[in-house]
Formats: sequence, C-alpha cells, structure tokens
Amino acid sequence: MDLKTLLIVIPLLPLFGAIVAGLGRHVVGRAGAHWVTILAVAASCALSVNVLYQQIFAGLETLNFSVYTWMVVEGVTFEVGFLVDHLTSLMMCVVTFVSLMVHIYTIGYMQDDPGYQRFFAYINLFTFAMLMLVMSNNFMQLFFGWEAVGLVSYLLIGFWFKKETAIFANMKAFLVNRVGDFGFLLGIAAVLMTFNSLDYAEVFAAAPEAATDTIALIPGVDWNLMTVICVCLFIGAMGKSAQAPLHVWLPDSMEGPTPISALIHAATMVTAGIFMVARMSPLFEMSEAALSFVMLIGAFTALAMGAIGIVQNDIKRVVAYSTLSQLGYMTVALGVSAYSAAIFHLMTHAFFKALLFLGAGSVIIAMHHQQDMRYMGGLRKYMPITWLTGWLGTLALVGFPFFSGYYSKDAIILSVGASERFGSDLTYWAVELGVFITALYSFRLLYLTFHGPEKFQVVPGADPHAHLPDGQLAHAPHESPLVVTIPLVLLAIPSVLIGFFTMQPILFGGWLSDAITVNPANDVVARIGADIDGPVGMALHGFVTLPFWLMMGGLTLATVIYLFRPSIAEAVKARAGFLYRLLDNKYYFDQFNQKVFADGTVKLGRGLWSKFDAGFIDGWLVNGSARLVAYVAGFVRRWQTGFLYDYAFSMIIGLIAILGVWVVL
Amino acid sequence: MMPLLSILIWLPIVGGALVLALGEQRANAARYLSLLIAGATLALCVPLYMGFDNSTAAMQFVEQSVWIETFKVNYHLGIDGFSLPLILLTAFFGPLVVLGAWEVVQDKVHQYMAAFLIMEGLMVGVFAALDGLLFYVFFEAMLIPMFLVIGMWGGPRRVYATIKFFLYTFLGSVFMLVGIIYLYNQADSWNIMDWHALPLTLQEQIWLFLAFFAAFAVKIPMFPVHTWLPDAHVEAPTGGSVVLAAIMLKIGGYGFVRFSLPIAPDASAALDGFVIALSLIAVVYIGFVALVQKDMKKLIAYSSISHMGFVTLGIFIAFSIYRNSGSMHGAGLGMEGAMVQMVSHGFISGALFLCVGVLYDRVHSREISAYGGVANTMPWFAFFAVLFFMANSGLPGTSGFVGEFMVILASFRANFWYAFAAGLTLILGAAYSLWLVKRVVFGEVGNANVEALEDINGREAVMLSSLAFMVLLVGLWPAPLVDMMHVSVNQLLEQIAVSKIN
Amino acid sequence: MITLAHYLTLGAILLCISVAGVFLNRKNVLILLMCIELMLLAVNMNFVAFSRFMDNLDGQVFVFFILTVAAAEAAIGLAILVVLFRNRSTINVEELDELKG
Repeated sequence: MDLKTLLIVIPLLPLFGAIVAGLGRHVVGRAGAHWVTILAVAASCALSVNVLYQQIFAGLETLNFSVYTWMVVEGVTFEVGFLVDHLTSLMMCVVTFVSLMVHIYTIGYMQDDPGYQRFFAYINLFTFAMLMLVMSNNFMQLFFGWEAVGLVSYLLIGFWFKKETAIFANMKAFLVNRVGDFGFLLGIAAVLMTFNSLDYAEVFAAAPEAATDTIALIPGVDWNLMTVICVCLFIGAMGKSAQAPLHVWLPDSMEGPTPISALIHAATMVTAGIFMVARMSPLFEMSEAALSFVMLIGAFTALAMGAIGIVQNDIKRVVAYSTLSQLGYMTVALGVSAYSAAIFHLMTHAFFKALLFLGAGSVIIAMHHQQDMRYMGGLRKYMPITWLTGWLGTLALVGFPFFSGYYSKDAIILSVGASERFGSDLTYWAVELGVFITALYSFRLLYLTFHGPEKFQVVPGADPHAHLPDGQLAHAPHESPLVVTIPLVLLAIPSVLIGFFTMQPILFGGWLSDAITVNPANDVVARIGADIDGPVGMALHGFVTLPFWLMMGGLTLATVIYLFRPSIAEAVKARAGFLYRLLDNKYYFDQFNQKVFADGTVKLGRGLWSKFDAGFIDGWLVNGSARLVAYVAGFVRRWQTGFLYDYAFSMIIGLIAILGVWVVL
Repeated sequence: MMPLLSILIWLPIVGGALVLALGEQRANAARYLSLLIAGATLALCVPLYMGFDNSTAAMQFVEQSVWIETFKVNYHLGIDGFSLPLILLTAFFGPLVVLGAWEVVQDKVHQYMAAFLIMEGLMVGVFAALDGLLFYVFFEAMLIPMFLVIGMWGGPRRVYATIKFFLYTFLGSVFMLVGIIYLYNQADSWNIMDWHALPLTLQEQIWLFLAFFAAFAVKIPMFPVHTWLPDAHVEAPTGGSVVLAAIMLKIGGYGFVRFSLPIAPDASAALDGFVIALSLIAVVYIGFVALVQKDMKKLIAYSSISHMGFVTLGIFIAFSIYRNSGSMHGAGLGMEGAMVQMVSHGFISGALFLCVGVLYDRVHSREISAYGGVANTMPWFAFFAVLFFMANSGLPGTSGFVGEFMVILASFRANFWYAFAAGLTLILGAAYSLWLVKRVVFGEVGNANVEALEDINGREAVMLSSLAFMVLLVGLWPAPLVDMMHVSVNQLLEQIAVSKIN
Repeated sequence: MITLAHYLTLGAILLCISVAGVFLNRKNVLILLMCIELMLLAVNMNFVAFSRFMDNLDGQVFVFFILTVAAAEAAIGLAILVVLFRNRSTINVEELDELKG
C-alpha cells in the first residue's frame, strides 16, 4: 500500500468503525462495537506512529496532496486534501493515542450504560473528524473538521440525553462554538477574497505580498487586512479552544461522560484552536496587533480561569478550569510567536490532562458517581494506581522539574519573558502567578480526594444499590478494573517522560519548522534556546527560578490548608467574601450571557414576532387591508337597500347626472 | 429525438387525470398508480441528466411549436443550468410526496394524489417554459392544486390560510402579467430569450423589475411579504408543506435569474441595495422570529424564509462585487451558492416537514410543548431529525452548509457587513434548530403520548433515508451539482455586466 | 291647435306620474308593474307624436314593438308575482328586500 492510500486510510478507519458501531449497533452488539472501534483506532494509531517514525528516521518529506475535488467555482478549487508534515503527524499521534486510551477506558467506564455502542460510535466518529481537521491542507476542510468535532462534542455532551443539565450544556456548547465559527468563517471569507484560494500552500506563499493591504470595515477607516483576517480566525480559535469570553461552554461540558471530557474537552478538540493558529503562523506573523490580542486573551484566560479552579468542589470541574487555564498558556505562547512551545505544551498537556480526567473518572466510578470532592478523601489506600497516576499527572501539570509539563510550561514562561510584544509584561506576571494558582488548585484536588479523612457520601438516588439509606457507601471503594487502570498507566508514562525526550527537537531543533513560520525578529524560542543547556540542564536550572518557587508556594499553601488546617479555607472564604463570590460565580459570565444574550435574544424574537410580524405586517398590512375592504364595503352596502324604488331612484339620479354632464359639456 | 421535457410535464398531468378518474372507491389503485407515475417521471430524469451538456449555456432539449398564432404565443420549452437542478429536484420529490401520503391520507385519496401529480407536471413546466405566456400559465395554474390541497386536507384554519396564500401570490403575479404584456408589446415576441436581448431604458427597466419583483418576492418569500408562508405551512397537510417549501419557493429564486436579472440588468444594479437589505433582514430578523415559535411547522417555515434570504443575497451581490472590483470575479460563487442553497433547502426543508409529519401522524399535534424526549421511544427518528436539523443549521458535510458557505464567502467580496449579517445565521440557525431538538427530541419522556410513540416504519425510513442520502451527497460532493450550472451562471454574469441602455 | 309640445308634455307628465308611482309606492308590487306599463305608455306617446309630426312611420313601428314587449313583460311580471306571493305570502314592497347588502 503506498503512503497516500495509507494516509487516507488513517481517518477512514475510525469513520468505518463509527458507522458499524453506530448504524449496526444491534447487529454487532456490545462487544462487537468496542472491538470494531478499538481496532480501528488502534490501527490508525499504529499507522500514524508509522508516519511519524518515517518522518523522524527515514526522512519522509512533507506530503501535500488532494484526495478529491469538492467543487471548482470560478477557477477556485475547493477540495479535500491532506497536508502531512511534522506538525500534522505529531497531532495525529497525539489524537489517535489519547483516543485509543479513552476507547479502552470506556469499556470499563460505560460498562452498564444502555448507550454503550452509541458511545463508541461517537468517539470513533470524533477521532475521524479530528484527524480530518489536523490533516487538512486547506481552510475549507479545516472548517469541516472544525464543525464536525463540534457536532460530535455536541452529541457526546448530551450523551445522557435524558438529563436536563446535559442537554442544556450541549446546546450551549454548540452555540458558543458557533459564535467562534462565525468569526472563523468570516476569516476564511477574507482569506478567499485576498488570496483567491483556500489552499494552505498557496495562501501562505502569497501572504507576504498582502501584508500591507487594508480593508475599510467602517467607511473611511482603513484596517490592516492581515489583522482583520487573523483576529477573525482567532475568534474561531477562541470558541473551540475556550478562551475568555467564549470559554463558558467548557465547564458545562463536564455534563458529558468522563471519557469524552478527557478526549475531547481536554486533550484534543479544545486544542484545535491552538493547532489552527500554529498552522496559520505565516499569516499571524504578519500582524503584530493580532498577536498581541491573542496573547492578552490567553493571559486573561490562564490566570482568571485557574483562579476559579480553587473554589470548585466538583472534581471534574476543577480539572476543566485547569484545562481552560492551560489552554490560556498555549494561547499566550501563540501570542508571543512561540508556536513551537504552544504545540509542545499542547502535546504534553494532552497526555497529563487526559490522565487527570481519566483518573477523576476512576474516582467517580469508585464513589458511585459522586463528583463532589467534599465527600471524598482518603481514597489513597483504596485505589493505589489511580492515586499514583494522579500524583504523576499533577506533578506534570504544575510543572515540577523533569516532568513533561515542566518543560513545556517553562518554555512558555521564558518565551513570554523574552518577548517585547505590546502587553508582554502584563502577560508575564499573569503566567507566573498562574503557576502558583495551578499548584494550589491541583494539590487541593489531590488532598481532598486521596488524602485526609474519609467523608464518603453518595449522591441521593444516583445508584440505589451501592449505598445505604443514609447516603453511606455500602462497601468500601475499590480500585477500578484493569481496562481503566491500564490506560492510566499508559498515559502516565508520556506524562512524565515525553517532555524530557522531545523538548530538544520540538523547541530548539527546528523540527516543526516545516509547518511553522516565525519572523526572525519575533523568534523568542530561539532566543531562550541560546541559554538552555539540554533537558537536564534546563530542569536543574528550573529549581532556582521563580516559577518553581511559586509552584512550591502553591504546594505548601495547599498542604497547610487542605491537609492540616481546613479551617483556614473557611476563614478565608468568610473574610474575602467578595472575592469568593466572584470566583464562585465564575465572574458572572454565565449570568451575564443568560440575561443578555439568551433571554435578550428570546425577548427580542418575541417582540419582533408579536409586534412586527404578527402585529404590523399581518395585523396592519395584511389583515388591515382586508379590514379596510370590509370597512369600505360596510359603507357602500348601505346603498344596497334591497328596495326596488331605491334602485329606480338611483337610476334616475344617474340618468340625470349623465344627461347633465352631457348637456353642460 | 424524444420530446423529453414535454413528457416530463404531461406525464404527471395526464397521469393525475387518470388517477382522478379511478374514483374514490379504488384508493389503493390510486396510490399505486400515482407511485408508478411519479417514479416514471423520476426515472425519465435520468436521460435528461445524462443528455444534458454541461459545456454550453445555450438552451437544450428545446421544443417549439405554435400555440396561439394570432398573438405569436409558442409552446416553447428548453432548459439550461438554472432549470435542470430544479427540475431534478421537483421530480425527486414526486415519489416522496406520494409515499408520504400513503397511509396518512384516507380521505379522497384519488383527488389528493391527482392534485400532487398535476402540480408536479405544472412545476416542471414552470422551470422548462421559454415562452413568457406559457410560463405565466404554468405559474398560475400551479396555484390551483396547491390551493385545493391546503383547502381540502388542511388544518382547522385552512380557509384563512388558503385565501391568504392565494391572494398574496396572485396579487404579486398580476403585476408580473402587466410586465410580460408590456414586454410582448415592446419585443413583439413572447420568447424569453428575445426579452433578454431587448434594449430598454432605465425607467422601463425599473418598472419591469418592480413588476417581476412583486411576483417573485412573494413567492420566495422575501421580507416583508412573507407572512403567508407560515400560515400556509401550518395549515397544509404534510405533502403540501413539503412541496411548498421544497419546490414552490424555488420558483421565486428561479424567476429572478430567468427574468429580473437578464431583462432588467440596469434596474437590478440600481436596486440591488434594496434587495440585499431585504435579504439580510430576512436572514437576521426572521432568525429571531423563528427562535420563539411554539409550533414546529411555523418554526421551520420561518427558517425557510431565513434560508431563502441567502438565495436573493447570493444573486444580487454580483452588482456590488462588480462595482468594487470592475469584474464579475467572485460573483459566480455567490450565484452558484444561491442555486445550491435552493436545491439544498429543498431537500432539507422537505425532510424537516416530513419529520414533523411523522410526529404529527402519531400525536396529532405540532406544538413543541406537546413533545419531549422523543429519542427515548423513537431512536431512529431521532437520528434523522438531528441530522436534518443539523443540516438546517448549516453543518459542514450536509448540503445546508454548501450554499451558505458559498454565499457568505462571495458576499465578503461585496461588503464585509453583508458577510457579517449573513454569517449571523450560523448562530441563529443553530439556536432555533438546536433549541427545537432539545425540546422535542431530547430530555425525559415528556408525556403519555410520547411514551406510546412507535419508531418510524419502513415507508418513513425510505423517505427519510433517501433525503438523508441526498443531503449528505450534496454536502460531501457538490461538484456534480455546481458543474451543471457553471456555464449558465457565467453567461448570465456576462449578460448583466453589460448595460441595456443604449 | 294641438302642437307637438302638447303631446310631449303629456308624455312627460305620464312619465313623471309613473316614476312618482315607483318611488312613492311602498305597498304593492302590482302597482309597480302598472307604473312600468305607464312609463312605457309615455314613451309610446312620444313615439307616436314624433311619427305623426315628422311624417315618418318608423316611430309607429317601434310602438308596436314596445307594445308587444310590454305585453310579454306584463305576463312574465304577473307570473313572477304569483310565484312570489306563493312563496312569501306577501307582495308588500317593504318586505321584499332580499337584495339588501
């Protein structure tokens, strides 16, 4: 099989699996569904790794080819095609690997669910869509994948479609994403207008010529066209990668089953925005203003969303806010032109955040769907594997030296420090402070869940067989089955190690340079690379830098408060009431959106409908003209008395009138 | 050569008369005969499609014979890239409508089937007519079966709805009649192609444009003459709604490209801002109105108006693109987008009305609040409904995306704010579609009626899956569809770029 | 000497009487019929007078036509009246307002 066919097969395998498991779900049964889908993803993972392997060791060149032509209009070709370079193959491996882990994990997690086959079909379909997104060689297919992952995300958040909160969350997720897509589509339209092509290669090649073009959005005011394009595209990324203020859907998306929180809402789909901006680096490099905008949005998200994580009690929501914050870090990296650092963090984050989510899922199974950390505690001795992998994932997340997260996060912080872009000072302090906050909420999660006294209590009615009437567990929690723990272990390995081994080539070895273009004047990664002496040297140096001590500060504070003196937390909550309420209400974003956008839209719609459509057009113009006719007729009918002598009289009058006119004229 | 177009027109009409002749007693015979005729009509579209030459803008399959000699009226048929997709669409819906009414309509089956068959033939006639008077005759005659269908098999307010429907469309087309008579006097011919070449002053063009606009804007329907559509849809039986939404509305869009633009290019250029403004109002304003509807059919009807706004937008942005850049480059994308949108909206709105019909047949309510949690009892139906509503909100991979995508991309060339306003449909369309899905399909079982629902049967599965297939086919591979119209679109663009004022 | 004017005046008076009869009569349809007959008579009077004074026989021919029509009309009118009376049990003009809008 030649390589191109192979590359086409990679995304088609999961699609095939999805169709078999979804449409033929009664035929293949439960076991059939999970076997078909897992084998499909495993095969596509193996093939992806093979592509990466060939790129690394066999010097495989970048492949850019068309699969089929969607349509040709006015000489512009809209096609489905693949661009497989280093960035693509890296993403393919991350996506298929995490997806494979999640597939295996799902066997355990969704064991008793009646929608078992449907779930496998969805996650397989997701894998297909995500692969199409990352492998695309043009904007249209990118948008296809973009919306397709959004669709699967919609279906999966609402997987338990009887749950009112779930079907609210999935609609919210889709609509907020649509706001982003709206910007994205305008960006694509601008690209087509400017370059008359949607093919990456053609657009990027022509980009420098368009650097100084302007567009008058408001008559008389000229805007730099590149800035407009990049900001529009980035609005799409803000939706998908949940950057403030379009982040509101991600915490709610935790209503979906945990495996998809790991796969879609942590590791892969939400990083599509980051991937997209990195892919568009030749365009973004043209616009300093757009990059500043990207950076500031990222900085706000990184800091503000992390802070919310401190006050959340739902284990999945803490991890979700952590994801938002980490996505903010990646966005910051994009904003300072450190695209490779962003992709690097994307990769390490995919592993450790998937691990943390799956770990949280494992805890949730043990606690019989109790997600509130206040009713957990002391789980360490019951579930050692989950506990250990949880610690490893957390250490990676907080950026402890030698762990994968350390390399990627430190590279971002250093890049921000080295950047001279407008707003980078502010951003620098935001990301530094973010490290402290990350440590605080991460260790809080660990302590509340695995350490301290046991406070087990079950959600009333969640699982009637598993607990006693007073809400106590009927039996001690126990470690999850192997299908759950094996993925945890397999994800823990890269979470710890991958940064150490891949940091050099990805960040400083120019391994991504075939996909990412950085203006030499902006190349902060190269600048920091000059001072870095290999992974060991970087990690050792890490012990004496500010982020490390901020992280240790967060660790210490969390240890003191949540392990030894829980009363402090209560006291702080009472003292800093305003701050607590602000965080607890997530800065009132949801309330604002609900009041202004959701209610406002419905009110506006009702008003327009009843006042204008039914009231003015139908009531006044349409039925009004009917009424006018009736009204006039009401007068005229009085002439029609029905008496013969009246008719005769009017005839005579008419005759006289006509005669009169005739005589006078 | 076989007079293929005539057969496509008269086979369903004569067939309809035969079905009518079967009488009320032989209902089953009427059903099978209708299915046979509709199927044969669809089958005859295969040679039509195969024999169609994509590479010429000239009229094909032309038939011409004298009809009324004194007034130089000819029976003149022919198709180009604008008519072919719409004829195929019409023929495609023939069997679906017959199947859709199979068990549902029990009362005067022969008349119902006959009305639809005759209507099908007349609609093909509208798309194939090249003689102005012939077009007008088909255009008006088509209203009669639809009037009967809504009036006889409709809901409780059917009388109001039919009269509104009839008066609205009739008022518009009377102006068109004045317009075509004027054109006949000027050109001394009823041939539409002669009218295209007829030089006219700007004053004349504007009056003609407005006359045609009155007819087609009502038909599409454009804001603010759209209010007949929700009422007609709500009262019409399922088949009536399907044909109304899927095909009849397209006649308005077709009229613009066949009459308004080529006959009055200068007036179109002068008044394009007006039409675009109305289109954008339709897209945005109607989106908001659709959001708050409580009746499923009304919601879909309003969403149709919003989607048809893309058709007029795509057609009329050509002029501002020309003014901006001095060339028609980019306008083709918009116009082909408008055509694709028409075809795609045909499939999707037809499918949505069939979906509502499926529920209505079981529960006898169209109210959104009468449902809830349909997915629990009808998983296959839920699958199709979610697919079609997603297509309605323009999800890539479905046909709903293609037209919107092309029109938004093209309108960016005309003006950023056109694209901005049109793009809002991405959000609004998703909002009203998904909110409906949330309230109807998802959730706990809403009431005893929903509890008792049975999933779709084989007949319904055939209808919905054939539409799903078309929706996905056009969404994933629109090339065959757009290839049909390239040459015709380019020719039209060249035509309208040249002023007719001498 | 009796001049044309005398005849015409007589015709006009007859016509006015009949018109007044149509307007003022609120009771009986039969009277209406008679008024119409009278109106035709007035016209006939004019025709004959003109015919005589202008030495042209056309007018008198017309009178025959009108007389025939009047006779037919009276017959049909009376027939209608009989049917009307059978159906409504009245020929009171005030009560015959079926055409009222």
